[in-house]
Amino acid sequence: MPLRLADLPRRRYGSPGNAACPGCPETMGLRYVKMALGDNVVLVIPAGCSSVIQGIRPKSGINFPILNIVFASAASAASGMSSAFEMLGQDVKVVVWAGDGGTADIGFQALSGAAERNDDIIYICVDNEAYMNTGIQRSGLTPYGAWTTTTWTGKTEPKKPLPFIVLAHNVPYVATATVGYPQDFIEKLRKAATIRGFKYIHLHAPCPVGWRFDPSLTAKIAQLAVQTGAFILFEYENGRFRLSPYSGMYRDPKRRVPLEEYLKLQGRFQTVLKDPQKLEMLRAEIDEMWRWALLLEKGMASPELKK
Amino acid sequence: MVLKALTANHAVAEAAKLARVKVVSAYPITPQTTIVEKLAEMIEKGEMEAKMVRVESEHSALAATLGAAAAGARAFTATSSHGLLYMHEVLWWTSGARVPVVMAVVTRAIGPPWNIHVEHSDVMDQRDTGWIIGVAQENQEAFDLTLQAFRISEDPRVYLPMIVSLDAFILSHTVAPVDVPSQQEVDAWLPSRRQPYVISPETNVVMGNIADDADYYMMRYSINAAMEAAKKVVEEVDEEYGKAFGRRYGGLVECYNCDDADYIMVLMGSWAGDAKKASDLLREKGYRVGVMRVRFVRPWPREVVQEKLSNRKGVIVFDRSISFGSAGQLFTDVAASLYGSTSIRGVVAGLGGVDVRPEDFMNEVTDFVSHVEEFGRVYEPLRWHLPPKYAKSLAEEVSA
Ligand SMILES: Cc1ncc(C[n+]2csc(CCOP(=O)(O)OP(=O)(O)O)c2C)c(N)n1
Ligand code: SF4
Ligand SMILES: [Mg+2]
Repeated sequence: MPLRLADLPRRRYGSPGNAACPGCPETMGLRYVKMALGDNVVLVIPAGCSSVIQGIRPKSGINFPILNIVFASAASAASGMSSAFEMLGQDVKVVVWAGDGGTADIGFQALSGAAERNDDIIYICVDNEAYMNTGIQRSGLTPYGAWTTTTWTGKTEPKKPLPFIVLAHNVPYVATATVGYPQDFIEKLRKAATIRGFKYIHLHAPCPVGWRFDPSLTAKIAQLAVQTGAFILFEYENGRFRLSPYSGMYRDPKRRVPLEEYLKLQGRFQTVLKDPQKLEMLRAEIDEMWRWALLLEKGMASPELKK
Repeated sequence: MVLKALTANHAVAEAAKLARVKVVSAYPITPQTTIVEKLAEMIEKGEMEAKMVRVESEHSALAATLGAAAAGARAFTATSSHGLLYMHEVLWWTSGARVPVVMAVVTRAIGPPWNIHVEHSDVMDQRDTGWIIGVAQENQEAFDLTLQAFRISEDPRVYLPMIVSLDAFILSHTVAPVDVPSQQEVDAWLPSRRQPYVISPETNVVMGNIADDADYYMMRYSINAAMEAAKKVVEEVDEEYGKAFGRRYGGLVECYNCDDADYIMVLMGSWAGDAKKASDLLREKGYRVGVMRVRFVRPWPREVVQEKLSNRKGVIVFDRSISFGSAGQLFTDVAASLYGSTSIRGVVAGLGGVDVRPEDFMNEVTDFVSHVEEFGRVYEPLRWHLPPKYAKSLAEEVSA
């Protein structure tokens, strides 16, 4: 049954005056997490913008119980918590909320370990495509060509296909989502909460500060990422891969909104827009993601791997 | 109680089981490995009611242990050497979070070059992290200290994590008789878990978000205050453990042949047995020599050290580790506590597992005694007790 906005809780889960920048995708995402999962949740947050967004103790700007933890080991800390709750006979959802750096780079080993062990946690990677908390440095998930403070002329490598890498661990549930389509994200979270074992949700999170766009445009840019095909929404559940409805219609590149519409709103892609060769490289990165997605959709990935 | 023939590693695993640890997370490294293996075996056989998180690294091992403990479960981990260094960041996070956790550290040398033998550099590298650090001399003590660690760490006056340190191979892989109490006896002695807070939907606690600088400062202050309070707790626990199980160790330090001693050797770990032997032999030769075995590196037993060492003719500290460019770490702490009130010498010996026998201790002590007698006050922070083959070639070089 499709999710109706009217059915969602109306409580405010982020307090006014938390430390996020205007238009922050992470506070949007956190709100949706709580709307989706309710109160029976504990968050594990490694270093990143969300450690700061909470604000200064003894208060907290977001309404969750939280274990803040070192940058590299959020997945492991969550595995420990989830094991403890199991031993104590408590049914609590342990959710990691980690940035792209905390997931794809420094926390990758812990992520891979928890996925391989199929630990009973929900891991959300909030992907704003750079290390924002330390001032917009490139990460393994920064796309090709994007400006950051450590790639002044644009990143020279493509984005790591992280959701596919996690999928290759053959965990029960992998999904991508975006702050641009909250219902889709909420539905995926709710589904994840019903599954035992390792669940991974990759949340695309356009950041006005790091991507250089007007803070009023976060949701629009997030939607454009999907409409231009730059970010693909999908679900992988028990070995079955499915494009989500918002992305399904963009299988055919001709139906996609031109990529430039997405890029031109962002300061970080200005050199890409001026250089046709760089633009081609970025397109190639996106095409590669689509190639993977369509292969998986056709069941070309070995289904016998399925647990 | 039952006498069992156990390696110290198996004794530690047995103690973790008897403490009713609920979550174990650890990663293999020699010489710690047989602790994880034993725990995994006990859990899989259903002898121990716990979950094992078989992590991919030590950084994760301590993070998982901390996560479990923060959620309210008694949790345990163990490591050595490179594994401990790899964890270092999480050690700070755990003590800062004030989450009681117990970890066994099987002390081992640090590469390069690779060396798996006993040395204290790994555990000494953690002195500043806010963990209580207790050091065993024998298998029985490794067992007893592990049980005591839960009591100390979970005491509301303390609420700090604790390391139980035991020496590579000499203890970890050597079988000795260990008196193992029954589950009922342990249950009667060890209270159920206490901790300052639990993170759960029910409590809605947030741990670790940003603090105002002054608040941060005061949290550091309170960790130190808890360390100071732990001194008393250690003594109490030693006494209560003695009442329940018949073994006392003397609390923060153990003194051997100290009462009338002119000279005292200070050291920690398994080689204290050889030092005690040396003290006996030296007494036969007319030297009044005692041994102070440091059982707790943190909190540093400053008061006892002052009380027991100040009015001696000399103190000789043996370190199985070194802070490069300074001296042995025990020496530094002892010297700071004595502030020049007696002659003192620091000897670095036994690095990388180089054997140090009672004769070596005797030679060092007699050399020190003759120095003190010849020169009066001696302050010598770093003397190298070289391995025999190098000591010999150095002697030849000097005489040539
Ligand atoms: C071990 C360690 N190295 C570096 C840092 C500094 N640091 C804190 S947050 C951060 C970047 C976070 O980036 P990401 O995970 O993408 O989260 P975001 O801030 O973008 O939400 C870095 C490098 C740290 N806290 N710990
Ligand atoms: S830098 Fe971006 S992700 Fe970080 S708080 Fe600001 S808007 Fe949010
Ligand atoms: Mg980021």
